Formats: sequence, structure tokens, C-alpha cells
Amino acid sequence: MSLYQVQKFLFELNRDTAAQSSYREDQRSALSPFDLTPEEIQALMKPDIGLLFHFGVNGQILMHFAAFHKIEWQDYLQRMRDGVQIHGPVREGVYAVTGYEGVTAHGQRLTQSEQHLGRQET
Amino acid sequence: MTLVFAGVCSHAPGIVGRAHLADEVAKDRLYGAFDSMRERLEASRPDVLIVVAAEHFANFFMNNMPSFAIGMAESYEGPIEDPEWLGISHTRIPGARSVSELLINEVMQGADISYAEEWKFDHGIMVPLHFLTPNFDLPVIPVNINCQGPPLAPLHRVWAFGEALGAAIEKLPERVALIGTGGISHWPATPDSGKINEEWDRNFLDQWSRCDKDAMLAYTDKNSYLDAGQGAFEIRTFMTISAATSGLPGTIHFYKPIPIFAVGCTIATIDLPTVDI
Repeated sequence: MSLYQVQKFLFELNRDTAAQSSYREDQRSALSPFDLTPEEIQALMKPDIGLLFHFGVNGQILMHFAAFHKIEWQDYLQRMRDGVQIHGPVREGVYAVTGYEGVTAHGQRLTQSEQHLGRQET
Repeated sequence: MTLVFAGVCSHAPGIVGRAHLADEVAKDRLYGAFDSMRERLEASRPDVLIVVAAEHFANFFMNNMPSFAIGMAESYEGPIEDPEWLGISHTRIPGARSVSELLINEVMQGADISYAEEWKFDHGIMVPLHFLTPNFDLPVIPVNINCQGPPLAPLHRVWAFGEALGAAIEKLPERVALIGTGGISHWPATPDSGKINEEWDRNFLDQWSRCDKDAMLAYTDKNSYLDAGQGAFEIRTFMTISAATSGLPGTIHFYKPIPIFAVGCTIATIDLPTVDI
């Protein structure tokens, strides 16, 4: 699991048309400079938007990758929802404590997390 | 006083890119509010436009993430997004290098910042420019506050940055327009995209319009995240404009949640004293 490396690859792809051309020509070569697991490489090459979101890829990075693959907006949102249904809550990163359930469930989980931390401190 | 215009607006990519999916009446009202903001901006006859934005990993990444950065380039380009997806053609935007350099030096008197001679604009700047300078002919100085990749600058440091920016603008001989652009409550580009906490938004905008510094500095990222989504980290851009304009009140010209745009769309200006310069 190397969320940083996945996001770094996507960051560079998103902002550079030359990198996009290279990636279109040869995905594996374009991915090779990055320290990625086989699972991450597969998710990127497919592309498995839901799994990438589950890994913790920031949506502001992921939405560009979805647009690069001409995935429509509502389809992009649905793929993320499906991803966390299939694979479970976001593993890491800024969404790791919010997940996919929406505000109410998020609030409950954050409260539980705070209570858990409070118990640990005492 | 060289500040001739100050305000805030939304920048969500859907505002242009998904306009065809929006409720037409709501979209037209928002576009009308942007037009009015453009007319006010043009009437102020600015020489340069400073845009305080919250970019989304277009230039800055977690390998070297500045809390605050100011552009110092001759020109900029954008959008980084697929122009078809964003609904805005790729273009070059003039900068104002010498003004940037003076501005940066002055801001450094009060805040620690980074500067950048390369900068690609994403929707965070391109969407406001699309409406406010549709010919992309007004020299722009981009300013970025990291609102995406935690750790984030604490709000009191954002306020200090805004004050330093305001003091620096006072030293510039040019007529300066200043815009902050960000979302309030929103969960952009996530499965919760489209969710908007209108009550939270209206409360914040009320505080912003009264420039209630204490109330705005009382927000915490943890609670904002809980109540208003990770997009609410971008209130930093609005607060910077408040701090830069020395506590002047503002007027909310437009606010309406438009879910397909994934944000409560906002157009507001600071009530600057009339200046004749």
C-alpha cells in the first residue's frame, strides 16, 4: 500500500499533457518509476475508480483521472460509492474517517473515534 | 489606498462543466450574479487582479506543500483539466511579474510564504476568471492557500497572512482588485458530492459579512470536516479577504445551494470605502 505513490503518479499525469500522451502509449512504462504494488498498478490500469477511492486517493486528484478516461460525472460518483460498498471504507488519507455513508454516519463514527481516543488518554 | 475592489466567489468546476445538468433558473441567477460582479470589477478599473485560491493539486503536492504561495511569473496557463470536461478552453493568462515581486517582498514582512515562477491554473482560478475576466486580459497574480492536503495552516495564521497581504497591497502603486475563491460547506469529488449544509453556510456567510473575526477564528478543521465536509477547509480563502481588508463588512449578493455544482454558490463583495484615485 503506497497511497503517496499512487497520488504522485496521478498528480503528475493530471497536470501534464506529455505525461498523458506517454501513458496512453504505454501504461506500464509510465507507471514504472513509481513504487506501486501489483494491486495498485492493476487498479490504475483498469481503471478501477472505486478501488482507488478505497485506497484513499483524494477525489480532487481522482476526478481528473476519471475525466481523462471520459467517465461521466454521475458515473464517477457511482463508481466511488460502489467501490466502498465492495471494498469497505476508505483506508487512508483525508477521507479515512469520513467514509462514504454521508454526514450522519460520518458524525457517529467520528464521535466513536473521539470516545475511543478519550479512553486511551485516560 | 490602492485596493479598488475586493470580493469572494465560488469556483466549482461544475459551474461551467456541468451547467447543462443544472436547474436552469438557478444557473441563470448565478450567472447573472457573476455578471454583476464582473461589472463591479470592471468599474473599479483595476491594473491587476490578485486571486486567492485553494488549488486542487495542480501545482503543489505533498512532496513540497506550501501553506501559502504567491505567483511571480510573466504569465500563467490553464486549465490543467480537460477543456471539454471543464467547459473552458486552454489559454495563457498574463501575469504581472514586477508587481508580484514587490507584493511578495512586502507580504514577507508579515508572513512566511513561498513563491512560484511556474503555475498552472486549475478550475479554482479558471472558473472565476471565465466569468470575471472572460477575455483573460487582466494581469493576474495567483495566491494559493493549501486547503487540500493536511496538515493545513491554522486559521489564525491564515488571518495573519491575510493581514500581511492587505498591508502589502497598500504599498503597491497599482490599482488592485482582490478576489478570494473557495467553497463553503461541500464534499466535492467524493461520493457525497452534492451534499450542502445550507444552515452552516448561511451562518458562516453572516459572520463573514459582519467580519466577525472571533467567530471565524473559532472554527476548527475537525468540526468543519464533520459538519461541512473537507471542502469547508476552503473557508480560508474567504477569511483571507476579510483579514486583508482590515475588518470591513461585506455584502452577500448571491447564495444558493446548487447540488449539481456541488457547492452553495456564493457571490459577495467587501464594502470598500469609495476611493477617487
